Amino acid sequence: MLQHKHLLGLEGYPSEDIQTIIDTAFGFRKVLERPIKKVPSLQGKTVVNLFFEMSTRTRISFELAQKRMSADTVAFSATSSSLNKGESFKDTVQNIEAMKIDAVILRHPASGAPRHLTKFVDAVVINAGDGTHEHPTQAILDMMSLQEQFNNLEGLKVGIIGDISHSRVALSNIFGLTTMGADVMICGPSTLIPPHIEKLGVKVSYDMDEVIDWADAVNILRIQLERMGTGLYPSIREYRELFGLSVERIKRHSKDLVVMHPGPMNRGTEIDSAVADSDRAIILDQVLNGVASRMAILYLLLGGKTEEN
Amino acid sequence: MRSKKQPRELLLKGGTVVDPFRKEKYVGDVFIKNGKIQKVGDVNYKSSMTQVDCSGLIVTHGFCDIHVHFREPGREDKESLATGSQAALAGGFTRVCVMPNTNPPLDTPESIRFIVEKAETLPIHIHPIGSITKGQKGKEICEMVAMRNEGAVAFSDDGIPVSDGEIMRLALEYAGMIGVPIINHAEDCCIRKNGVMNEGEISTRMGLTGNPDIAESTMVNRDLELAQLAGSVLHVPHVSTAKAMNHIRRMKKENKHLSAEVTPHHLYFNDEALVEYDTNLKVAPPIRTEHDRRALIKALKDDVIDCIATDHAPHTIEEKERTFDLAPFGMIGLESCFGVVYQTLVKESGMTLGELIPKLTVNPRVVMGFQPDLFKPGIQAEISVIDTEKEWVFKKSSIQSRSGNSPFLGKKLTGKIQFILSKGIITEIT
Repeated sequence: MLQHKHLLGLEGYPSEDIQTIIDTAFGFRKVLERPIKKVPSLQGKTVVNLFFEMSTRTRISFELAQKRMSADTVAFSATSSSLNKGESFKDTVQNIEAMKIDAVILRHPASGAPRHLTKFVDAVVINAGDGTHEHPTQAILDMMSLQEQFNNLEGLKVGIIGDISHSRVALSNIFGLTTMGADVMICGPSTLIPPHIEKLGVKVSYDMDEVIDWADAVNILRIQLERMGTGLYPSIREYRELFGLSVERIKRHSKDLVVMHPGPMNRGTEIDSAVADSDRAIILDQVLNGVASRMAILYLLLGGKTEEN
Repeated sequence: MRSKKQPRELLLKGGTVVDPFRKEKYVGDVFIKNGKIQKVGDVNYKSSMTQVDCSGLIVTHGFCDIHVHFREPGREDKESLATGSQAALAGGFTRVCVMPNTNPPLDTPESIRFIVEKAETLPIHIHPIGSITKGQKGKEICEMVAMRNEGAVAFSDDGIPVSDGEIMRLALEYAGMIGVPIINHAEDCCIRKNGVMNEGEISTRMGLTGNPDIAESTMVNRDLELAQLAGSVLHVPHVSTAKAMNHIRRMKKENKHLSAEVTPHHLYFNDEALVEYDTNLKVAPPIRTEHDRRALIKALKDDVIDCIATDHAPHTIEEKERTFDLAPFGMIGLESCFGVVYQTLVKESGMTLGELIPKLTVNPRVVMGFQPDLFKPGIQAEISVIDTEKEWVFKKSSIQSRSGNSPFLGKKLTGKIQFILSKGIITEIT
């Protein structure tokens, strides 16, 4: 059904497969709107949620997707520090696979960890975020949400604003959106823009008003407050002034702008509450589409039965 | 690999003799008696001689690698002087210099003596490089003169750059009294930060922290200027960037006490090879861009780079199977060296064998002050016999090292060592 066994990232991922996932996800969205929100598609399949890093919404979204599809799920959480001391990554995953599982959902602080995992296990591997590399399921739900708003991704102008250097959401969105024919402009402090990013086919701006003028939709990234004090940006005050999606800034532009945020939000820093809670924000649609997208991905990769048969 | 004592009279018959000292190449014979060179040229066979037919093969000096890590003392699970010696023989090396970043580091005359004594009975010559600073902490210089007297041939805190420019100056000045080279792992740690690969488009695509080329070139430039100020001998290890190379190229016109090396892996790979997150390609300094790789090859041809050194750095499979961010830096390189550089430089880049061989023999020996004329009668034989046309696949069975962390596994190489003569032993490489 899909050309690749695993979903490790969206770099080089076929556009027709991205579209298949999104189309399938819209089908599952309908299931989520029923009174009984459960289908037997993945009955008998076992999925492990292997989270080596803190996560709330991605983990819950995946768990919910698995439960809605009637899969059996187990969760394994470990902090990277405990892994450093004791059992190796390889031993951990081989032990888990020895228990006969069908898929691993992996969240890991190291870029490349999901690909690394495929060398040690036969199960399907789905990347739920690896280091500062990719977060493909987030990008797919973002693209699904955009398609819901605009019907088409081709030629759509999307601004991605914030800490691009440390964002796997940004990288997966860049790979996915450019593959689907959208135009992408990234924006943030020059210290948080990765080197040679323009070679990935995106425009770069340090002027948020320029991005807003240009874009049909903006994806506001969470600014990591803990990076303050590392010299990457001087203060929250200045960050908000330059790159915050504030009420005042929105008022300066009289246009329909769709606003997205992958969460969790720093209200009042990168986005004002009045913007996040306004009609132009589709942040809660993204959350629901996240469950539907992950149902679609699990369904297509695990080759589950359809409800009818 | 089969080793045995050399016969009393050994005749290497009819090979192509490549003499990198006299810069000559001719079909001839090498006659070795009691382990020593007797005559190189035309030698008539006598019945008292054991003759080895070398027709179609290259007969040249045993290689010398001035940058290896044999991990002894402290990490004998990765490599030891004994296992490292076997790896060296397999790669055609009869002489190596071991880096001092052991546990404990080689930072005293006693630890230098430990290596020298332990190496006596081994089949290759092993020379210790002493630490520049005590404990390799970059604060206080070591007892360099006493260490030299015990056998240290150079000083380096390799793996750890000497960050403090004043300490680097003092080390150069102090070593200058005895004319021994200082070798600084040239990377500015602040600019390098926690980079795990070259900073560029590929690191951005892979989501890995980059180490920019200027982390190396600014440090190399600092060292070049300090060495000139001190009037001391500087050897720049594992140059990886075009920018650092340009600094060396410029300074070599002014300073003749200056030399540089490059590794086979920086000549063979570019950073696009890392897209599979193969931790065996995680090395320090990192594999750079194609532009850098080509600049290194050109610098080698132009003699801006004097020698090829492997930076043989064994690590356990457990450590290298960790994720890319946590895996240690380094790859083994002795066994694959010749096949890699012959393929890359002679087959693909138009260098001649006569230009390549000195980079593995005479030049590194000159840098370290070793006898460079190995065909001089009376010298103990250190000879490599090579089939340069042999195409082969580098496999696990090609590895003699205790560790297997090589990105060359499965790669087709050209040129293979057949025999090697060292310390009275003849070893057949299978």
